[in-house]
Amino acid sequence: MPAKETIKPVSEATGPMGESSPLKEISVRTVETTKRIDEPQRRSKVSIKGINAWFGSKQALKNINLEIEENAATAFMGPSGCGKTTLIRCLNRMHEMTPGAKANGQVILDGIDIYDKSIDPVVIKRRIGMVFQKPNPFPTMSIFDNVAAGLKLNGVKDKKLIKEIVEESLEGAGLWEEVKNELDKPGMGLSGGQQQRLCIARALAMQPEVLLMDEPTSALDPIASFKIEELVHQLKKHLTIIIVTHNMQQAARVADHAAFMYLGEMIEYGKTLQIFQYPKQELTEKFVSGKFG
Amino acid sequence: MSENTEKQERFHRREVQRAMVKNARKAKIIDKIVSIFAIACVILAVIPLTSILIEVIKNGIAAFNWDFITGRPSAIGRAGGGIGPAIQGTLIVVGLATMIGAPIGILTGIYLSEFAGNGPFPNGVRFFNEVMTGLPSVVMGIVGYILIVLTLGSFSVWAGAFSLSLIMIPIVSRVTEETIKIIPNSIREAGHALGIPKWKITLFITFKSAISGILTGVVLSIARIAGETAPLIMTILGTSLFFTGFNSPVDALPLRIWRLSSQPYESAQTQAWGAALFLIMLVLVLSVALRLLAQRRGFAVKAEI
Ligand SMILES: Nc1ncnc2c1ncn2[C@@H]1O[C@H](COP(=O)(O)OP(=O)(O)OP(=O)(O)O)[C@@H](O)[C@H]1O
Ligand SMILES: [Mg+2]
Repeated sequence: MPAKETIKPVSEATGPMGESSPLKEISVRTVETTKRIDEPQRRSKVSIKGINAWFGSKQALKNINLEIEENAATAFMGPSGCGKTTLIRCLNRMHEMTPGAKANGQVILDGIDIYDKSIDPVVIKRRIGMVFQKPNPFPTMSIFDNVAAGLKLNGVKDKKLIKEIVEESLEGAGLWEEVKNELDKPGMGLSGGQQQRLCIARALAMQPEVLLMDEPTSALDPIASFKIEELVHQLKKHLTIIIVTHNMQQAARVADHAAFMYLGEMIEYGKTLQIFQYPKQELTEKFVSGKFG
Repeated sequence: MSENTEKQERFHRREVQRAMVKNARKAKIIDKIVSIFAIACVILAVIPLTSILIEVIKNGIAAFNWDFITGRPSAIGRAGGGIGPAIQGTLIVVGLATMIGAPIGILTGIYLSEFAGNGPFPNGVRFFNEVMTGLPSVVMGIVGYILIVLTLGSFSVWAGAFSLSLIMIPIVSRVTEETIKIIPNSIREAGHALGIPKWKITLFITFKSAISGILTGVVLSIARIAGETAPLIMTILGTSLFFTGFNSPVDALPLRIWRLSSQPYESAQTQAWGAALFLIMLVLVLSVALRLLAQRRGFAVKAEI
C-alpha cells in the first residue's frame, strides 16, 4: 500500500485533462476502477475475470484475475511452463484453436466480453494484435505484402490507403529506414531482428488497440532486443501492450506493471517497481531475486 | 562424499571422451561407406535411365521430320506418314484430364490437411485414395468404359480424360495434403492473429506457401498419365484421324507407339521410336516449363521450420 503513492508510472495521458467528453468518461471510469482494485490508476483496457484454461484434462490456468491498464505496458513473468503463453493466447481467443484446448471465464475489452457467445473470435483478433516468440513472416510474401496482408485479406481494397498504412506501420516498428528501398524483397530475407520488427509492423497495420507480445526478443541478440524494447516504449503511448518475458531486466525496463505467475496461478500483480522492490509474496521475492525460475 | 563424486565425475568425463573418440573414428568410416553406397545406387539408377534415353534417341531421331510431327499415319506397311493426330490427341486428353483431375485432387488435399482432421470420413477418403493409387491403371479404363463409353454409346475424349483423371486425383490429393502439412503451424497462426478468415488463410497463405511442392506433384502425375496406354485402349480407342469432337474417338501417343511397334515393318518401328522420343520430350518440356513458371512467380517455399 505505501508504494502506491510514491511510484507513479510516467504518464502522458493523465496530464492534459481537457473538457472533451471522452476524456471525462475516462476519468469517471478511473475512479470506478481504483475503487474496485488497488493497482491501476488509469483506465483499464482489458479486465481478465476468472479465466481457467485447459489442455485436454490438464488445467494450465487457474482462476486468473487481472486488470490491464490502457496505454501502458504490462509484463507477464514466471518460470517456464507456468502458463504465460497460455494466458496471452486466451486474451485474443487463440488458445481455443489448439486441438483439445478450452478456456472459460471473462475477458472484458472496453466493456465487451470477448468470450461472449455473440462475439466472433475472428473479429476480436483484428482488435488485439499478436507478436510471436519466433519471427514468423509469411514465407512467400514480400516485405510490403507481409505488412499489407492483414489489410488486403480482410477486404481493404484502397491501394493508396494500404500503401500509407504499410509505410506508417514499418515506421512504427522502426524498420522503415532499413527496408524502404527493398519493399518488394521477400520478408524471409531479413535478419531475425528485422523479421521480428516486420511481424510487429504486420500487427500494427491492423490498427490494433492491444498488442500481445510473447517473448518477442527471446530469439534475438541483445542489440536487436534493445531495439524492440525501445519500440515498446514508443508504442505504449497509443497502445496497450502485454509482453511476456523471461528476462527480469527486460520487464523492469519496459513494463509499467508486472504480473508474476506460477504453476498456472497469478501470484502477484502490481507496479513493476513494487514487484521488484517490495514483493508481497514470498514466491515473487524468490523469483525476482533469481532464486528460481 | 564430495570427493567421491568429484572422482566419479572425472572418471565419467574420461569414459565419455574415450567413447566419443572411438565413436568419431567409427563414424568417419561409416560415413565413407554410406556415401560410397549412395553414389553406387545413384549410378545404378542412372545407367538404365540414360541407356533407355540413348536407345530411344538413337532409334527414333531418324523418324523426325515435319511430316512426321504434323501428318496423319499412312496405311499399314507404307512408309511415311506421321503421328500428328496422336500428338494432338494426347495434348487434348491429358489437358482435359488435368483440368478435371488437378483441381479435384488439390481441393481434396486441402480439405484433408486443413479442414478434415482425423474423423472416420476423412480417414476413409485417405484409405480410398491409397487404394486408388495402388490399382492398376487398366481398372480405371474399365471404369471409364462402363460409365462413359457404354452410356454415351461411343469411345470418346471424355471417357479417356475421365479415366486418366481418376489416376491423377489420388496422386495429386496425396501430394497436396503432404505438402501443405509441412507448412509450419506458426504461419497459419500468424494469419489467425490478424483476424483473417480461415478459408482465406488456407488459400492465400498456406496453399500459396505450398504451391511449388503441389505443382511438382501435378507435373509428376501429368507425366504419369501421359504415358498410360491400357486405359486409353478402352476409352478413346485410337484412330488415324485428327480430333473431330469430344464425343468421338481420338488418337494418343502411347496408343500410336503401341500400334506402330506391333507392325513388322522397319519404317513403322522407327516411327514408334520417334513417337516415344516425342512423348519423352513433351513431358520434359512440360515439367521444365511449369517449374520455371513456379519460380518466376516467386512461389518457392523457403519456410523455416
Ligand atoms: N499444446 C499443448 N498441449 C498440451 N499442453 C500444453 C500445450 N502447450 C502448453 N502446455 C502446457 O501448459 C502449461 C503452460 O504452458 P505455457 O506454454 O503457457 O507456459 P509458458 O509460461 O509460456 O512457458 P515458457 O516460458 O516456457 O514459454 C505447461 O505445463 C505446458 O506443458
Ligand atoms: Mg511461452
